[in-house]
Amino acid sequence: MRLFKKYLKEILLVVGALVFLSPVYIMLVNSFKSRSELYENVLALPETLTFEHYIRAMDRMNFGLAFFNSLVITIISVVIIVILSSMTAWMLVRKDNTLSRIIFMTFIATMLIPFQTIMMPLIQFMDQIMSTTGLPMLNTRSGLIFMHVGFNASLAVFLYHGFIKSIPVSLEESAEIDGANKFTVFWKIIFPILKPITVTVIILNVIQIWNDYLLPSLVLTDQSLRTIPLATFYFFGEFTIQWNQAMAGLVLTIIPVVIFYVFAQKHIIRGIGEGAVK
Amino acid sequence: MSKHRNKLWYLVFVLPLFIIFATVVLIPFVIGIFYSFFEWDGFSANPMVYVGLDNYIELIDDGRFVNSAWLTLEFTILSLVLVNVLGLGFALLVTSAFKSANFARTMFFMPNLIGGLILGYIWQFIFSDGFRIIGDLTGNEEVFRNWLTDRDLAMYALVIVFSWQMAGYMMIIYIAGIQSIPGEVMEAAEIDGANYWQRLKNIVMPLLMPALTISLFLTLSFSFKIYDVNLSLTSGGPANSTELLAMHIYNEIFGYNNYGYGQAKAIIFFIVIAAITLVQVYMTKKREVEM
Repeated sequence: MRLFKKYLKEILLVVGALVFLSPVYIMLVNSFKSRSELYENVLALPETLTFEHYIRAMDRMNFGLAFFNSLVITIISVVIIVILSSMTAWMLVRKDNTLSRIIFMTFIATMLIPFQTIMMPLIQFMDQIMSTTGLPMLNTRSGLIFMHVGFNASLAVFLYHGFIKSIPVSLEESAEIDGANKFTVFWKIIFPILKPITVTVIILNVIQIWNDYLLPSLVLTDQSLRTIPLATFYFFGEFTIQWNQAMAGLVLTIIPVVIFYVFAQKHIIRGIGEGAVK
Repeated sequence: MSKHRNKLWYLVFVLPLFIIFATVVLIPFVIGIFYSFFEWDGFSANPMVYVGLDNYIELIDDGRFVNSAWLTLEFTILSLVLVNVLGLGFALLVTSAFKSANFARTMFFMPNLIGGLILGYIWQFIFSDGFRIIGDLTGNEEVFRNWLTDRDLAMYALVIVFSWQMAGYMMIIYIAGIQSIPGEVMEAAEIDGANYWQRLKNIVMPLLMPALTISLFLTLSFSFKIYDVNLSLTSGGPANSTELLAMHIYNEIFGYNNYGYGQAKAIIFFIVIAAITLVQVYMTKKREVEM
């Protein structure tokens, strides 16, 4: 009886989890159906496996290019965030003077600002920079990367700052006595120790930047620069909705996320927990 | 010499990031406050007219704005309850030492990784044609009809999708809270004959209060700022009945071209969010001291 109850609980939990993900099932099965099949029953399995809708959706979304744009923008942004935030946080911890404290507090305080409060003046300011200096701030991948770095700097500095405080200074001091400069000390000794928090910073930023819609939608206007969320938005806006094709398009956008999740699941769940609690 | 060199290193390490951060966040924020005192349509050829506090005074009587604020409040309260009930429920299930716990945890968390925009589109299909077709099929047309064309149901749809996205996230926080409860305490209670509900009520819940505070405030600030799901699921419709604040501000600025007025709304939006977050930080810190 006890055993039976135990198994019943197991089955209920698995069934519950599957029901929770039923929207994913609905999306998946309908991406293979013909129009009439879809309107007959949205819940049934497809009669045949046709990838026709996927090919059409890929073409209409220009998926290959969007994937490439998302990948390049996410990777470069995250690499810059990791490098610059860890360096900044280390210096702010080790040179614990008034200036460092003010800078750190400024980073933290701005985490309170919602994106909607900055978006319009940001675009105006970028436009001004572009017209006075000629720097390509708007409608370029590099400009978007620059802004992603700026927006995500605070959290990364905050996380690194907390971690670095727990590292004893003695390690660095002996290296400095041996004549190593700050740059060498940081990259040879400190950065390797930061690995656990670096993983967290990478995870949080990859998720945030990969899925971001609003900032790229304001910065990028060229069709050829669209990231996956932008391509999805225009895909839904430009054509009258054919649900089977739309579902195929959505499945395409989710595949990279699922692959990422499968490979980094443990880190993701730990990283999210750490990012939230702090 | 050495002191000079140290200063140089300081600049090398701190300045690059700070310049980027200042350009993207600090300066636009200050310019934003400045813009909110002007009337301007966003075209550089047209003049900006200084109106002082007029924008702020005007928005008090702005029916659309006030309505949007109420809708946001309604959305936030409903989400607060549903997200946390689901998140806590999932966390309790998953930590009950099930064999399938890891699988379930993975599945519950999954929607959180998919971007809000894409989640909204998946559910747009389900709540519109999907539900209609199920209604035709089962004859239950009272429940299964197009939710997104009904003013009240569209709001509930938004709450459901947002909760689907956030429940897994809050589950992670609750799991951390549950795992920090010492095993001996639970064992002792079990030996003393406390049943599952008694343990839940008298031990787990009180010790989960810090996790609960964090989750409540996180949900509060996330739901206040919701935009992506709002855009892809309902676009604010039908008839503005789900146009929440973030979308309202976007529409005011870029839709109606009221740059100064919209920016004043954005500043008010910031003040509300900042207040919520500061109260959270204050309460969390206070509790830490007590514990």
